[in-house]
Amino acid sequence: MDYHILREFADSWVMLALFATFIGVVIWAFRPGSRKTHEDTASIPFRHDDKPACQGDCEGSCRDDGATL
Amino acid sequence: MWDYIKLIALGLVAVLAAIAANYARDLAYMVNAIEVMLAAAIAFIWVLRTMGAPAAPQTEYNDGVVRAGVIATTLWGVVGFLVAVIIAFQLAFPALNFEWAQGYLNFGKLRPLHTSAVIFAFGGNALIASSFYVVQRTSAARLFGGGLGWFVFWGYNLFIVLAASGYILGATQSKEYAEPEWYVDHWLTIVWVAYLVTFLGTIIKRKEPHIYVANWFYLSFIVTIAMLHLVNNLAVPVSIFGSKSVQVFSGVQDAMTQWWYGHNAVGFFLTAGFLGMMYYFVPKQAERPVYSYKLSIVHFWALIFLYIWAGPHHLHYTALPDWAGTLGMVMSIILWMPSWGGMINGLMTLSGAWDKLRTDPIIRMMVVSVGFYGMSTFEGPMMSIKAVNSLSHYTDWTIGHVHSGALGWNGMITFGALYFLVPRLWARERLYSLKLVSWHFWLATIGIVLYAASMWVTGIMEGLMWREVDSQGFLVNAFADTVAAKHPMYVVRGLGGVMYLTGALIMAYNLWATVAKQPRVAAASVAAVPAE
Repeated sequence: MDYHILREFADSWVMLALFATFIGVVIWAFRPGSRKTHEDTASIPFRHDDKPACQGDCEGSCRDDGATL
Repeated sequence: MWDYIKLIALGLVAVLAAIAANYARDLAYMVNAIEVMLAAAIAFIWVLRTMGAPAAPQTEYNDGVVRAGVIATTLWGVVGFLVAVIIAFQLAFPALNFEWAQGYLNFGKLRPLHTSAVIFAFGGNALIASSFYVVQRTSAARLFGGGLGWFVFWGYNLFIVLAASGYILGATQSKEYAEPEWYVDHWLTIVWVAYLVTFLGTIIKRKEPHIYVANWFYLSFIVTIAMLHLVNNLAVPVSIFGSKSVQVFSGVQDAMTQWWYGHNAVGFFLTAGFLGMMYYFVPKQAERPVYSYKLSIVHFWALIFLYIWAGPHHLHYTALPDWAGTLGMVMSIILWMPSWGGMINGLMTLSGAWDKLRTDPIIRMMVVSVGFYGMSTFEGPMMSIKAVNSLSHYTDWTIGHVHSGALGWNGMITFGALYFLVPRLWARERLYSLKLVSWHFWLATIGIVLYAASMWVTGIMEGLMWREVDSQGFLVNAFADTVAAKHPMYVVRGLGGVMYLTGALIMAYNLWATVAKQPRVAAASVAAVPAE
C-alpha cells in the first residue's frame, strides 16, 4: 500500500462519500417538518439571557424557561 | 485535595523553569523560562490564597472570565494596531528602523509581532471571550469545568507573552502565522485542549435540546485549529534548553503543509470562529432571529467541506505540482457560494429592521463587517485564479486583501461584539456614548478604505512594473524603482492605520467610561431585563 493507492482511493470513493454526506445534510435540513424545529432553535439566543436553566438543584424556584428566578 | 495537587504542580513548574533559565542556550529561551517561572509563582500564590473558597453556584453564568477576555481583547487590539502603524511608517520611511534598535525593533522583528498581536492576541481573546459568553447563553448552562475557563484565559495570554517576547529576541521557526518555537507550541496545545474541554463540556450539559448554529462554528474553529497546529508544528528541538528546532517536513512538502495551515488559519480562526460571533451578536443586536436557519446549516457544512482544500492557491507557479494548485484554485472559487450564503444570511437578518441602521451605530458596525466579509471573500477567490495570481502574488494587493478582511470583517464584528458585551457584563444600562461609537465607526471605515484603496493601487502598479519588458525583451524596472514608486501609497496606508488606531482608542475610552462613569443597574442579575 503506497501513497498512490491512497490517493486513488481519496479522489474516488472518499470524495463520493464526502459529497454524499454533504447532499444528505442539505436534504436533512430541508426535510418536511424541519421548519418548527429550526424556528425554535433560531430563537435560542433570546432565552436564558441572565441565568442558566434549572440544573436540577433548584427547588421549583425558577421556571424551566429560565426567564425569571 | 485538588488544590494541593495544583500547588505541587505549580511549584514544580516554577523550579523547573528556573533550572531551564539557568541552563538556557540562548537569550529568548532564558527570558521565556523566566516568564514561565514568574507566571507559575503568581499562580501558586493565587491558588494558596483562594484555597477552600466555596465553589460558585451553578445557577449563575461564569461571566468573570468573559469580562477578563473583553479587557484583554481591547488592550491587545490597541497594542496590535499601534505596532501596525509603526511598521507601516517604517516601510514608508526606512529611517524609522532606528540604528540603536537594529536586531530588535526593525521591521523584520516587529512584523510577526504585529500579525500575532492582531490575529492571536486581539482576535484570539475576542473568540475565547465571546465563545464563553455565547456557549453559556445558548446552552442555558454555566461554563463547564469550574476554574478551567480561567486556566484557558491566563494560559492563552501567557502563550501570547511568550511568543511576542520570543520574536523580539529571535526565537522563531519562520513559518508565517506559526512563528512560535516548539515549547510555546507545546504550551498552546495544552491550553487548547483545556479550551476544547471547557467548550464541549458546556455543550454536553446544555439545557436546550438543540445546539445553536453559533456553537457549531465555534466548535469547528477549536477542533480544526487543534489539527492544524499539531501538524504544522511537527519539529524536533535541537536542545531541550534551547529555542531552536528543526522542521520534520522539508522542501515543497513543508511549503504545502505551511499553507494548508496558513489558509485554514484564515478559514477556521478568522472565518468560522468569527461567523460564530456573527450568528449570535447580529441577531441579538437586531433583536430578531437569524434570517434563515436552514441556510445557516448549509453555510456551515459547505464551508467545512470546502475550506480545507483552498491552501495550495498560496503556491501558484512554485515547485508545487500543477494539479494541486488547480485544485486549490477551483475549491477557492466554489467557496464563493457558502461565503456569500453566509453574508446574505447575516445581512438579511435585518430585513424588516433596516431602520435600525440609522439609529444604532453598533448594528451599523456589524453590517459593515458582514459587508467586508462578502467583499473579501469575493476578492480572495478572484486572486486565487492563476492568471490573476500571476499579477497579484508577492505584491501589496495581497496585503490589501488581507486587511480588508482583517480590519473590515474581523475587526468590525469584534468591535460590535465588545459594544454589545460591555454594558451587559458590567450591568450598565447603556454605553457611555453612542456618539463616540459613531466616531469610531467612521474613523475605522474611512481608515479601511484608505488602506485597501492604496494597496490596490500600489499592488497592481508594482505587479505591472515587475513584468514590464521593452522591445528588446529586457525588464524595464529595477526592484528599487517599484519601491520608490510605492512611497505615496505607503504614506496613505499609514494614515489609514492611524485612523483605525484612533477609532480603537476612542472605543477603549468609551468602554472604560461605560464601566467607570455609568451607574450600575439595580437588578440583582447581570442582564437588565428578562429575556421574554
